[in-house]
Amino acid sequence: MDVSRRGFLKISGAVLATTGLGVSLKPVSAYAQPLKVKYAKETTTICPYCSVGCSIIVSTRQGKVVNTEGDPDSPINRGSLCSKGGSIYQMAVNENRLGKPLYRAPFATEWKEVDWEWALEKIAENVKRSRDVSFKATNEKGELVNRTEGIASVGSAAMDLEECFTYQKFLRGLGLVYIEHQARI
Amino acid sequence: MTNHWVDFRNADVILIMGSNPASNHPVSFKWIQEAIDKRGARLLCVDPRFTQSAAKSHVYAPLRSGTDIAFLGGMIKYILDNNLHFDEYVKNYTNASFLVNPALKLPGDNNGVFSGLEGSKYNKDTWSYQTGKDGVITKDPTLQDPNCVFQLLKKHYSRYTPELVTRITGTPKEKLLEIYKEYASTGKPDRAGVELYAMGWTQHTVGVQNIRTMCIIQLLLGNMGIAGGGVAAMRGEGNVQGSTDHGLLFHIWPGYIGAPTASMKTLKDFNEKRTPTTKEKNSLNWWKNTPKYSASFLRSMYGMNASLEEAYALMPKLDDGVNYSWLQIFDQMYRGKFSGFFAWGMNPACSGAHSNKVRAAMGKLDWMVNVNLFDNETGSFWRGPGMDPTKIKTEVFMLPCAASIEKEGSIANSSRLQQWRFKAVNPPGVALPDGDIMSEILFKVKGLYAKQPGAFADPLMKLTWPYGRKTVDGHFHYDPHAVAKEINGFFLEDKKVEVPNKKGEFKEFKKGEPVPAFAWLQDDGSTSSGCWVYCGSYGAVNMAARRGKGDPTGIGLYPEWAWSWPVNRRIIYNGASVDLNGKPWDPKRAVITWDGTKWVGDVPDGVGDPGSGRPPFIMKPDGVASLFGPGLADGPFPEHYEPLECPVEKNMMSPQKNNPAIKRFDKAGVGSDLDVYSGVGSCDPRFPFVCSTYRVSEHWQTGVLTRWCPWLAEMQPGMFVEMSVELAREKGIRNGDKTIVKSPRGQVECTAIVTHRFKPFNIDGNTIHEVGIPWHFGWITTKDRKYSPGDKKAEVFTYGDAANLLTSTIGDANTMIPESKAFMVNVIKK
Repeated sequence: MDVSRRGFLKISGAVLATTGLGVSLKPVSAYAQPLKVKYAKETTTICPYCSVGCSIIVSTRQGKVVNTEGDPDSPINRGSLCSKGGSIYQMAVNENRLGKPLYRAPFATEWKEVDWEWALEKIAENVKRSRDVSFKATNEKGELVNRTEGIASVGSAAMDLEECFTYQKFLRGLGLVYIEHQARI
Repeated sequence: MTNHWVDFRNADVILIMGSNPASNHPVSFKWIQEAIDKRGARLLCVDPRFTQSAAKSHVYAPLRSGTDIAFLGGMIKYILDNNLHFDEYVKNYTNASFLVNPALKLPGDNNGVFSGLEGSKYNKDTWSYQTGKDGVITKDPTLQDPNCVFQLLKKHYSRYTPELVTRITGTPKEKLLEIYKEYASTGKPDRAGVELYAMGWTQHTVGVQNIRTMCIIQLLLGNMGIAGGGVAAMRGEGNVQGSTDHGLLFHIWPGYIGAPTASMKTLKDFNEKRTPTTKEKNSLNWWKNTPKYSASFLRSMYGMNASLEEAYALMPKLDDGVNYSWLQIFDQMYRGKFSGFFAWGMNPACSGAHSNKVRAAMGKLDWMVNVNLFDNETGSFWRGPGMDPTKIKTEVFMLPCAASIEKEGSIANSSRLQQWRFKAVNPPGVALPDGDIMSEILFKVKGLYAKQPGAFADPLMKLTWPYGRKTVDGHFHYDPHAVAKEINGFFLEDKKVEVPNKKGEFKEFKKGEPVPAFAWLQDDGSTSSGCWVYCGSYGAVNMAARRGKGDPTGIGLYPEWAWSWPVNRRIIYNGASVDLNGKPWDPKRAVITWDGTKWVGDVPDGVGDPGSGRPPFIMKPDGVASLFGPGLADGPFPEHYEPLECPVEKNMMSPQKNNPAIKRFDKAGVGSDLDVYSGVGSCDPRFPFVCSTYRVSEHWQTGVLTRWCPWLAEMQPGMFVEMSVELAREKGIRNGDKTIVKSPRGQVECTAIVTHRFKPFNIDGNTIHEVGIPWHFGWITTKDRKYSPGDKKAEVFTYGDAANLLTSTIGDANTMIPESKAFMVNVIKK
């Protein structure tokens, strides 16, 4: 009962009115916790979630995120954030983040931690093997196609713009044509 | 988005249909609220469910999922019947006056389809214009000719009467008319209306035509290009605008240049076929510059390692007429066509329609690379529900990457605004930025090809990659600034270039100098630019990192805050915000103004000097916007068709039930064995309820990130099914009961949420129930799954698996976006 009650409340219009979400908040949030961010370094970022593009101030001390909050300077969000944007802190300060490459061998029942060098080399061997087997210089009509038919890729709108450009370069350089991502779904 | 988020505040009427910004783009609602509070704007909301957005609206109208074209088609009829369109705008800035081939048959006279249907494809010969001897399109400026676009539009939508629309949509007639009346009030020069949509419109077999219908309305009302107007495609991901701009789709290269097909044998062929032409004398036809952009893109791939022709030959080509999109990928994968797969920053095991098929398909691979921040249902698919790892051969690499605040780079929001992000901290453990990871894999593959024989390696070996350097730790460090400069573009040689729009005037550039804007890009290989629409974003200054707060126009353009493509223009098509003499339709809301010698305000779009006669929609070959759109696969005008799975036996509009141009995976021999479903089209009594997927504020996409954040998981802990009080009573379900939601493809356990937000629909005299489910959940963060030593365990468990276990392999006729917003289910108390 507890759980569904909570779910019920969160998606009801009443919450919108009482939290003031979506209405103009004065840019006081940046000054709300002076002690927490004292002597901290500030960098700005843009929220990775929805596409509004809210600006966020990230405060760090000794290489650790100590606070994140809405950036009052942004003409888009003027310091406001929604529940997701307000939780960016937990994306960085989170013990469940993957910190090491994991490998699952064929038919294995568990993950194994591996180091980068080993993983990258093995991936490269796989890529080459798949490409060698499935690369077609020409199609059935004899037209030049220079494509790798045995590898597909999905992703990613979660990358930065620069990474998106180089990722498509990487994939098309390998000869992939099965290239898709979130925009299609 | 044609406009931008802050611009919502300039609207007089805001229509929310196909979206729910209060929940899913919450901060945008700040600007909707400001329009309401400060200018007395009216907020209209049309949705199957009384959403958070509906709760804030002045008028709410319910409609059955998948009937938007019927609803909006009725609005077109209302506007035209009551002469509420913006006549001068329609006559001059749209193709209303164009005369169409008299052989064209409209669905009303042709059993529900347009002329030319052959099987499931249209032959578009009759979807053409009448032309004179000089090839110029014949027009009737009085809009009286029965074959002119305007009259055809009128005729086509004359069938969409309020009575018929109500029977189809289930919207009460008075609500329908209230919305029509309020929205149509914006067809005046001093009134502005904006429409806000998202996946509620795209995820249908008629997705593109849903949006087309609204574009027609916006053009009839003169709402395109003006402040407070436009069509707002609210994207679902922080950088999905940017990833699309950069061509991470099979059918486009960066900058929306159509990918080459095998029949385009040379770059010359390609440019000829991909570059539109026009005989319209005053039309600028901006895409005539395609050869400059394709040449500059090829240079960004291969630099001077290959000539332009060689570079073109090295690029992979699609087969003509073959689709390589998402649903095809998983269909092919399920048939064992792929040995390798990258799921990079994506979780298709939950986000892919028909997720059971997606999950089974991944078991047919030899290897998969999954890059993500957290363990997820894709990387761990082999140990998911119903899987026996000892029988799954797929070798999986799960690579840890840096989060957005752990690296530097930019993203583009929904309004094409490129904003720079700075690095705050290092990623955890040995996790790396995506850029570092892809660079390392590339170098390793190149290394293997350098040592060992293999398939034709030139396309790979000749790629340029000057995007960072190896440091003492032995790792390659990816430099986003170097890439941003590559995307912007630079001169590859010393070059004297004629100044765009100034004949006889020249400017000299040095080799390596950034190209100032795309108008300077060249087709001879002397310039490189990774994505022409971003040309101008990174020269002497990294424009995306700008934080200027000035608002010189007073309409909230903030031209010095970051940078917007193209050329920092904040409202595209703004050439249509002024009359033929260059005077703003509404001087109080002027986007651009002619000061006697030049345009001031936003960066002008499409306009020549006032009175030059240049039509403003310069990306269209004819220079005007398309009321008649012969480019689409499924018709030059939008027509109502039922979703593939729907609760009615017949389409009340015509004898043609479904979109005739969709690919039917459910038919034997087309899709896989998992797609065959004989119940389609029969109102299968086993699945009597319409179902739609949606989002909640606290989660994002499949929840792949947010389910691991305890604050968010605590607020929205699990899968639910929302239903009306009436349906709950019928099924004996109480609020909070555990239920099973079933479709022909799978089932998901959900907690029942019984609300007044759903109401039964009266569809042509029948009671039809619709239910809704969120799509943010997955088994990896649940409590009762099997955990091995070392497994990550969510701090706050969620429950329930993916909504997409229920959705089907069926896509839009143009885009192949799956129809996740309208399918049929049953709900059973557990």
